[in-house]
Amino acid sequence: MSDAVSLGKPKPALSKGVLIALACIAAAGLAMLLGGRVITQQIISGLMLGSIYMTVAVAFTLTIGVLNFLNFTIPTLFMLTGMVAWGLLARGYLAGFGGWAWLLALLAGIAVSILASLVVERFTFRYLKTRHGDATEHAIPLVSSLGFLLIFEHLVLIALGSEAQRFPVPFKADLYLGGLVIGLPQLASLALALGIVAGLTYVLKQTRMGRALRTIAESPDTASLLGVEVARIVPIVFILTGLLSGVAAALFTVNYGDVSPFMGEHIGTKAIAAMVLGGLGSVWGAVAGGLIVGLAETLSIHFLGGDSVQMVVWGMLLLVIILRPQGLFGASSIGKGKM
Amino acid sequence: MSGYATGIVAILCINLIFAYAIFVTAAAGQLNLGGAGFQAIGAYTAAWLSSNAGQPVVVTIPLAMVTTALIGFLISFPVLRTRGVYMVLATFAFGQFVSGFLLRSPTFGGAIGMVVSDYVGIGLLIAAAIITTALVFFLMASRLGLAIRSIHDDEPVSTIMGVNVRAVQVTTFTIGGALAGLSGALYAHHFSFVEAQYFNSLLSIYVLLFVLIGGTQTAWGPLVGSLFFTLLPEVLRVGGSWRYVVFGVAIVAMMVLRPQGIVTRELVSRLSPRNWFGSRPAPAARMADGG
Repeated sequence: MSDAVSLGKPKPALSKGVLIALACIAAAGLAMLLGGRVITQQIISGLMLGSIYMTVAVAFTLTIGVLNFLNFTIPTLFMLTGMVAWGLLARGYLAGFGGWAWLLALLAGIAVSILASLVVERFTFRYLKTRHGDATEHAIPLVSSLGFLLIFEHLVLIALGSEAQRFPVPFKADLYLGGLVIGLPQLASLALALGIVAGLTYVLKQTRMGRALRTIAESPDTASLLGVEVARIVPIVFILTGLLSGVAAALFTVNYGDVSPFMGEHIGTKAIAAMVLGGLGSVWGAVAGGLIVGLAETLSIHFLGGDSVQMVVWGMLLLVIILRPQGLFGASSIGKGKM
Repeated sequence: MSGYATGIVAILCINLIFAYAIFVTAAAGQLNLGGAGFQAIGAYTAAWLSSNAGQPVVVTIPLAMVTTALIGFLISFPVLRTRGVYMVLATFAFGQFVSGFLLRSPTFGGAIGMVVSDYVGIGLLIAAAIITTALVFFLMASRLGLAIRSIHDDEPVSTIMGVNVRAVQVTTFTIGGALAGLSGALYAHHFSFVEAQYFNSLLSIYVLLFVLIGGTQTAWGPLVGSLFFTLLPEVLRVGGSWRYVVFGVAIVAMMVLRPQGIVTRELVSRLSPRNWFGSRPAPAARMADGG
């Protein structure tokens, strides 16, 4: 699986980020020339939405790349962040902090997401490395994570109710650029999301911990023979998963201003689509996939109507799986199963 | 039977047939997370034939099964190029695409859904569930079943022993498709209404859980799994949302304590009448377990 995980390839991270940023600007500019303002606006919103998908897709791809585990709790971690942040504000626990309460609430939400992710690691991954020798054993952590999905979702429903809620964002700043509306929080979130991914790539490539993670991705057994403490490194993947889902949820909440106990499902399935599109285990593949899915969503709503999104996105994905099972940027040996 | 009990028995029968559809592929080691897509195709085929083409139930149900069997056959070729997590994702994409397509299609009523004209009573549902169960038990005891089990336990060794792995896997996808179509057609005719939103990803997830919690080693697995899953929420109904929390905890605990599913070959052989008077499991079971 070594070449499947492009976490391991020596590619300059920064230049890729710059490349993607340039591609985004080029796409917007080209659309401006060809399709006029309305289309450009759609493309800008698509890229902004895509930055949220992208962050969640990176969380998915990291767990699959390193642990070969499809973590279905990621959508609930996303939801948990938004709902916990709203709950803290609505119950007035942060009333003493004045204007910064919303930020503290979101940070607390992210912390809860990381903690929840560690709980998942404790019960899903640590005890489940049993091998009973069948073909379906790789599904055990998957089933377990589905159990956690039920637990977290319904605990939130019990504690905070089932209604969608308005999250009070104290600022509303839009940038007007030649008749186009660009939300500043959206721009900031695109930059922040790309920054986090670039940082992650740096950590994976350049640090000792990143090298340990890449070794585990290649072969857990060899890694532990070579002195990598697998049991201590694996929780880091879950911390990163919680962090990425939490940050994505915080960005989503600030941009769209509402939270609900079901907000994770929509984002989660789209992020899975983005990850598969880009290629499993490939961080920059997930980035590109996220932006493509975001674009496909806003453009298909614009041209074909709101109901068509699911068909367009998943039809595109089905085609990619049939024609190029490794995804757009993945290597061909993916999905062989190892842990 | 009261209306409430009839409703539960109907859902149990449909879930059971649906679970066997997913089980047949899972028994050969292939996980299908797009079950709802197959069931939806069966349900909508039956609904369309019944309401728009005016066909009787004896035509709609078999035709729905043939359609889904054909789709299962065709989809198995691209899907079987993938393995493990990737196969789970490929089938998931298929399920999502089908429900997205139905949501969008004016022929099938779009988001409004479709009314089904012919009604099928609870008796036929129970009969179909019993026949399906018996057929799957027969299948697993046949030569093909032996091949399926050998692929489940060890694919390379099965190939060495002369099992045509690809042919068996395509067959299981086809049989699975037909059974999912049957469950969908029965759903459409019994509840007289189909809507795309019912066949969502959560349904695919649940039915795969039935099978994996029940156990993929023997045909008892889906039976126990769907009984457990359909009846446990009813038993826990008092607790409101808490019952799902308990349910989730039960799933996580199951995976920690008994990851191979509730029913295993060893358990079946220990419970079989042949071994009632001896405490040792049968030699065959020990071999299967050690392997």
